[in-house]
Amino acid sequence: MTPENKLDKSKMVVVEGSYAVAHAVKVCRPNVISAYPITPQTHIVEDLSQFMADGEIPNCEYINVESEFSALSALVGSSAAGARCYSATTSQGLELMHEVLFNVSGMRLPVVMTIANRAVSAPISIWNDHQDAISQRDTGWIQIYAENIQEISDMTAQAYKIAEDKDILMPAMTCMDGFILSHVYEPVVLLEQDLTDEFLPAYEPENILDPKNPLSFGAFADPNYYTEFRYLQEQAMQKALKKIEDVANEFYDVYGRYYGGLIDEYRTDDADIIIMAMGSIVGTIKDVIDKLRDRNVKVGLLKVRSFRPFPVEAITNVLKDAKVVVVLDKNISLGLNEGALFTETKSSLYNTDIRVPVVGYMIGHGGRDIKIDTIEKIIDEATEVMKTGIKIESQFTDVKEELI
Amino acid sequence: MVSIEDYGEFETAWCPGCGNFGILKAIKQALVNLGRSPHEVLVASGIGQSSKTPHYLNCNSFNGLHGRSLPPATGAKIANHELTVIAVTGDGDCYGEGGNHFLHTVRRNPDITMIVHDNQIYGLTKGQASPTSEIGMKTKVQTHGVFNMPLNPLSLAISLDCSFVARGYAGKVSHLTSLIEKAIEHKGLSLVDVLQPCVSFNKLNTFKWYSERVYEMDDTGYELNDRVRAFEKSMEWGEKIPLGVFYVNEKPCFEDYLDVLKSGPLYRNPPATEKVNDLIDSFI
Repeated sequence: MTPENKLDKSKMVVVEGSYAVAHAVKVCRPNVISAYPITPQTHIVEDLSQFMADGEIPNCEYINVESEFSALSALVGSSAAGARCYSATTSQGLELMHEVLFNVSGMRLPVVMTIANRAVSAPISIWNDHQDAISQRDTGWIQIYAENIQEISDMTAQAYKIAEDKDILMPAMTCMDGFILSHVYEPVVLLEQDLTDEFLPAYEPENILDPKNPLSFGAFADPNYYTEFRYLQEQAMQKALKKIEDVANEFYDVYGRYYGGLIDEYRTDDADIIIMAMGSIVGTIKDVIDKLRDRNVKVGLLKVRSFRPFPVEAITNVLKDAKVVVVLDKNISLGLNEGALFTETKSSLYNTDIRVPVVGYMIGHGGRDIKIDTIEKIIDEATEVMKTGIKIESQFTDVKEELI
Repeated sequence: MVSIEDYGEFETAWCPGCGNFGILKAIKQALVNLGRSPHEVLVASGIGQSSKTPHYLNCNSFNGLHGRSLPPATGAKIANHELTVIAVTGDGDCYGEGGNHFLHTVRRNPDITMIVHDNQIYGLTKGQASPTSEIGMKTKVQTHGVFNMPLNPLSLAISLDCSFVARGYAGKVSHLTSLIEKAIEHKGLSLVDVLQPCVSFNKLNTFKWYSERVYEMDDTGYELNDRVRAFEKSMEWGEKIPLGVFYVNEKPCFEDYLDVLKSGPLYRNPPATEKVNDLIDSFI
């Protein structure tokens, strides 16, 4: 049962998505921020710099660096020394961090980073899709995708609480669609300082670089020891499944706002057709569902918030009574012709008793607009799948044949 | 006869009044003066306002990743050393994100011309400090002013014995043209650092600021391979900023060490299938 979202209108202000995130970071009281400007993330770091200049983030250092690789590397040091750390990036910046992402998670450093999701080069594109973060799925970072500005802002505090939990100690990416959320102005409740102080305890790491109690970070692990590091990381990810749900509920108790835990559902109760998606596209899909429900099309939405850890049980529970499942992916695994959410959803259903056809659409690459008509057409095709079975399992959406 | 028109005229995404226009004009004019046809020229870039330059030149062009103009330029030069290869980059792209490539490309010394649009600011992301921003410059990120020591690209290059080091100014197009010509003609890695006003985001180092300070060095009366003098001259910055060729050291370039290139560009060499087969057969 989804709790009612209690947005206090008297607290609402109209701000840019990037500002809402920067404000949320501020009230989480980070100790070290390091980032490098890259479109469409730049406004987040500029807003944080302004907060720093105005003395609004006490006990915090902002390190200006020469690349994203340096930004996250600096945080490896800061986090190992016990600081609550923050960064933000996107696209090429995130891809450049690839090596460091493994380093952060392998050392169990609970860094939180906002990703303003953007397509990757080549060709150069500054517009939104999810290829950047999806391509980092195996790096041991928790990945949560937000639907709107309120959610991404609120996820910042939740991410710290999840990541810093002593049973978890894994870094977390909170993902917002570049431009669509980062540059849009919407009415939001900025994350409240007093409530955040109540919700998010100070970071108290147990294992840090400390001259009084020297420790080694990142030392050599020969074949006798390496496997156990990976095993423990996976255990932590599995524990994070419950923690993400718990923290979402705790957040609701304190702030009165809720977006689902690992997943969220919209009109799925009696749905024959279930659409799965992540990020801002979810808002468009909800509108289409309302429209089609008026025409008695039994369609619902499964919004996936947590992509890592992947919520197999939560997803299969929702899908078990559906007659067809449609998965929308703003990414592609080249050579498989499938998006990641589609592949992993199919994989989650395999070896179960659930027998439901699943079809995939790769959509919105490089920021191509996803229109209501497009979603309607996809649902029409899903209706056909219910009647006649799968004809095309996975396909690109809105390919312009005239350009090929 | 090659003409300016051969290199095309394109609509740009640069701000009106940008120093990039002077640099673009100088690159075109230098190539025309040297009689290089567009098909003989490769312009490679990374990411930044400077790195849009290849988009506005009708020749072979390559636009890669942030900070990575030099490695692909080196690779292309090795595959076809008959190409005139120009790496167009900026102070952020080349001295920051790609700083490591700068150091090691200088050491490797391929026959490439590097043109660094040095506007002392990040233009593409709209006005944050770059590695060459002046101490004290305030930006939206460096709200209390820059406190990191600016990188001196000329001193750095000379310290690494870069084989050609020069500085031009986007506001002196004919002088810059002659520098680029010399740089292209030089065999080995040539660095042309170009002072470039950013009219939108750098309110400190303006056309007026540069114009009051820059002067063309008198390049007579000393040897261009005098490294100590060049190093000393490269540190002159402030009331007076010298322009011109600072240092030239003729030495073998990267390609000279690669015997395989002596029989012509790699792309023209057929695969040595027979030799490989003979080698394999000798083990059977």
